[in-house]
Amino acid sequence: MTQKTFLLSAEGVNKSFDGFKAINDLNFYVEKGELRTVIGPNGAGKTTFLDLITGRTKPDTGRIEFEGVHDLGALTEHAIYRLGIGRKFQTPTVYSDHTVFENLVLSLEGSRGVFASLFFKLNPAQKDRIQEILETINLAPHAQRKAGTLAHGQKQWLEIGMLLAQEAKLLLIDEPAAGMTDEETARTGELLLSLVGKHTILVIEHDMVFVRQISQGRKVSVLHQGSVLCEGAADVVQSDERVIEVYLGRKHAR
Amino acid sequence: MNPHPKRELLAAGALAFLFLFLMPALNAWAPENSLLHVSNFTINVWGKYLAYGILAISVDLLWGFTGLLSLGQSLFFALGGYMLGMHLMLMIGKLGQYKSDLPDFLVFLGHTFLPAFWRPFSSFAFAALMVLAVPAVIGKVFGFLAFRSRIKGVYFSILTQALTYGASLMFFRNDMLMGGNNGFTDFKTLLGADVRSAGTQRTLYIVTGVALLCIYFGCRWLTRTKFGLIQRAIRDSETRVLFSGYAAANYKLFVFVVSAMIAAVGGALYVTQVGIINPSEMTPDKSLEAVVWVAVGGRGTLAGPILGAIVVNALKSWATRAIPDLWLILLGGTFLLIVLFLPGGLVSIPSQLRRLLGRRPKAEEPSTEGPAPISKASVS
Repeated sequence: MTQKTFLLSAEGVNKSFDGFKAINDLNFYVEKGELRTVIGPNGAGKTTFLDLITGRTKPDTGRIEFEGVHDLGALTEHAIYRLGIGRKFQTPTVYSDHTVFENLVLSLEGSRGVFASLFFKLNPAQKDRIQEILETINLAPHAQRKAGTLAHGQKQWLEIGMLLAQEAKLLLIDEPAAGMTDEETARTGELLLSLVGKHTILVIEHDMVFVRQISQGRKVSVLHQGSVLCEGAADVVQSDERVIEVYLGRKHAR
Repeated sequence: MNPHPKRELLAAGALAFLFLFLMPALNAWAPENSLLHVSNFTINVWGKYLAYGILAISVDLLWGFTGLLSLGQSLFFALGGYMLGMHLMLMIGKLGQYKSDLPDFLVFLGHTFLPAFWRPFSSFAFAALMVLAVPAVIGKVFGFLAFRSRIKGVYFSILTQALTYGASLMFFRNDMLMGGNNGFTDFKTLLGADVRSAGTQRTLYIVTGVALLCIYFGCRWLTRTKFGLIQRAIRDSETRVLFSGYAAANYKLFVFVVSAMIAAVGGALYVTQVGIINPSEMTPDKSLEAVVWVAVGGRGTLAGPILGAIVVNALKSWATRAIPDLWLILLGGTFLLIVLFLPGGLVSIPSQLRRLLGRRPKAEEPSTEGPAPISKASVS
């Protein structure tokens, strides 16, 4: 294999909870600028994998590296955030009593100290950046609305916008299409596609229509029982015998 | 936030003129038997209300803006009073019952010389510094331990309640050398002026009003900075704040210490006008009373706590004379009614009325100035 630095690499990672192997000898690599989709049946370890990357839980064995130098297993949530890894949770978590604009101000990269916050003033560059994000996430007309009054899909976009404001190098996006209407789902897909190249994005998703929309022949990874079952373009993956077995097998079992 | 900053400034200016200039002027210069005369008693009572207003703001800064329901604010209020009280006790000098340089209670306890920690308090400047420093240090230590251990919600309330209760038990003891049960009273002079004279009381009243005004605008500034945004973000979703890279504990500690100092300023001014401070001022039910003022006035606003402190205490002044047996029932009833039917407190009445009379019978438009309803408070 060629020696190449990946933005994110996981090698030989294991994690078990009370004897249940959530992650089982996982090897996973993401290159800079990629838009990678991860699919897999319930319990395949998708969310646990995100927890491991963001420092919510620590791997039992194995190593997760960011930019080829930072060992994420040794860092706190706070420090990992500072490296430029942003996470969008499955249920939208925005500051509902703050306006959309204020939500983005709070997420802007920059000092997080108490005293800096007392004398913080938005500079023109930051204002432009927020405006740019507002347009990207389609919320420019709603900038002064309270985030709590937004529709479900708009909250999801705002949360993606908050990751953009943070200038995250790696966006971890957990089931963005969950609970959305078809139209919202399609627009979320467009939003993610518009970010390709500028950010590295890791999307976890169930919805195969959505996966096909955003992957467009890009690599899709299938997780099963805590390790990568196969990788490839959406069509290839979907016709893979083992993948069908995993998904259909589950369905039959139910 | 307030959509009419100009109107707010105008209102503040008018109130400041009325309370800080007109009332004292009418007290000083209007002839005693004229209708316009403001009595010394009125000035004194209002001075007390305004000091309570300062305490109420400190409670709201924690509860309404940060979601921390502290039941320990009466401790800091009382500590401020005690620190200035120590200076006032030493200023009594030989005018006390025992004609000694020592405060009376020390003579009574058989002391022949002033304990070392009392000595620097003969300086007013030192006492004034301690009014701020002692509550700040205690707040910092307690807050550091509580927030580092991520103590939240009702547990934080219980812990702060225990803190102030424990402190009151300590101050009740005579060997604490802080006056025990009786606390400090019978003050004579402050900075050379007779503390009980009408002129001094009038000056203290004005000082209290100015302090309240400064604190109001200070907090107004604070809650409108990015710090204020983070404060309210902590109230609404602390986990998200952590995932936005902010160390929430540091922010909570900062606001806890600031609130302790604000409460202490209120306490120090209170003591000069009421003329007594004793450990019953730091019992948890005093803190709870302040919480009621904030809830009645309007949680999460700055005018609300002041209004609540004045209205509830004016009601108390009247009720404890007119219907003393029913006072607590009246207070509890008011609190319940407000929580159930007017969660935004008294300050939300205009916007509620506008909504009732306005365009639609039930406005689906969210209110622009938004204290979170009390039912969603950090207590639940």
